[in-house]
Amino acid sequence: MSANEAYISGVGQSEIGTRLTRSPLLLTLDAVREALDEAGLTIGQIDGVSTYPGRIPAYLGFSPVGADELIDALGIRATWYAGGGEISSQLGAVVAAAAAVRAGQARHVICFRTVYEAAALARPDEYPRPQRDRVDGSSQWFAPFNAISAVTWTAQYAMLHVKRYGLKREQLAQIALTARAHSALNPRALVREPLTMDEYMSARMISSPLCLYDCDRFTDASTVVIVSAGDALDEVKCTPIRIAAMAGTVERHSWDQADELACYPTGADLWKRTDYKPADVDTAQLYDGFSFQALAWIEALGFCELGEGGRFIEGGKRIALDGELPLNTFGGQIGAGRLHGFGFAHEAVVQLRGKGGARQIPGDPRVAVSTSGGGPLATALLLARD
Amino acid sequence: MAATRTLPKLDADNRAFWTGGAEGQLRLMRCQDCKTFIHPPRPVCRKCLSENVKPEAVAGTGVVYSYTINYQKWSPTMEVPFVIARVAIDGAPGVLLTTNIVDCPVDSVDIGDKVRVKFLQQDDVFIPLFEKIN
Ligand SMILES: [Zn+2]
Repeated sequence: MSANEAYISGVGQSEIGTRLTRSPLLLTLDAVREALDEAGLTIGQIDGVSTYPGRIPAYLGFSPVGADELIDALGIRATWYAGGGEISSQLGAVVAAAAAVRAGQARHVICFRTVYEAAALARPDEYPRPQRDRVDGSSQWFAPFNAISAVTWTAQYAMLHVKRYGLKREQLAQIALTARAHSALNPRALVREPLTMDEYMSARMISSPLCLYDCDRFTDASTVVIVSAGDALDEVKCTPIRIAAMAGTVERHSWDQADELACYPTGADLWKRTDYKPADVDTAQLYDGFSFQALAWIEALGFCELGEGGRFIEGGKRIALDGELPLNTFGGQIGAGRLHGFGFAHEAVVQLRGKGGARQIPGDPRVAVSTSGGGPLATALLLARD
Repeated sequence: MAATRTLPKLDADNRAFWTGGAEGQLRLMRCQDCKTFIHPPRPVCRKCLSENVKPEAVAGTGVVYSYTINYQKWSPTMEVPFVIARVAIDGAPGVLLTTNIVDCPVDSVDIGDKVRVKFLQQDDVFIPLFEKIN
């Protein structure tokens, strides 16, 4: 253990569901309790909180709980805390926490993401959708063209892959098929039924070339990752997982002015900050809000060349549980539910600790990569069990 | 696509872009010092940090850089399917406008297609849509 590095100690997760009635704060508490139990920590030992994107009053389903509320609700004495959306994406909250513990600002930081989008849809009086009259900021460049959802923006990057590199739907399907094969083995996953190639190929299009099964779905859940300082690990009972490298690079902060998704420079920068190589990675937990984003991350992290992602995952063997690069072993967001980024870090830790149960990858995994974000948002974490 | 579109809030930075259609002009912000086009429009050049910027009319033609056919009704009144595209604007290197390609079958659009701006007025806003040039 290295005193000046950052580690993940406990991880936790609430029930994952839709139209849950348990409040978002209590779902967050469920995830916090599980993470504390695993780490052998008490709430009194927590001195930091980090979240993404903070409480969004105008759209509570998207983010109902902020760092402020959690600190006060759980009686945390915080020496450092942060919460907000202007960071390199969801797992940027973990990057911030790691930087804070390395700088001596806190010893044990609860990092969390709580989503309540399915419950909000079911209870619009309590959780209204944002009402828009006129739009400003980046929305003005999309909303007037009915390009409202991120799927329509992501689909255009996917279409470039189709036309430039020959990406086929049968290849892209493997992201969803693999996710659903894995989520069937995850007792907490939102969707437990496997998906067949026929079902995928005959699914209705949402925004070409992306179909229904290329998209994650609204979920109610909370996920917690505790980041602990290297010199505080004597207080932790679980196997610490070292944050070996982190990256979150953006070259053009725009969904439509950039040539490529931000995952590409982020992936390249990750490997500049470590002696590990892509071949050392035992499992990849890659953001799949839309399937194409996971495929782009595979390329961006150097598991194959730019444009080769479709051929890399073709047939699905490489990314299966017993493949050379087991992918999204908890089911990803497509199978387990839209946990919004934090599920990928949670699962990387589960696998590195050998706690995956029916979905545990074989061998003795020591290195995992987890990512979040699409478009101009990208974060990559390289995690290692020393 | 007959349903009402969500409109931008006009301000000093974006007004030239969203109202240029009143004179039939597609206007993009441009640095007068280094000649870089600045989109989204802002009062500073992202290349040289000059504040000597002003909107200039461009030809109003371009090339489809990428596209998608949207099938999902995102609101009850939305008419689908329709094409959303990013158009590379002729004479304005680096500028990609998200837009709709209109007045053609949705499956007739492809990357590389030449297109021309066609403004749709709604209230005080002129939305730059594009149609294919045959
Ligand atoms: Zn300039």
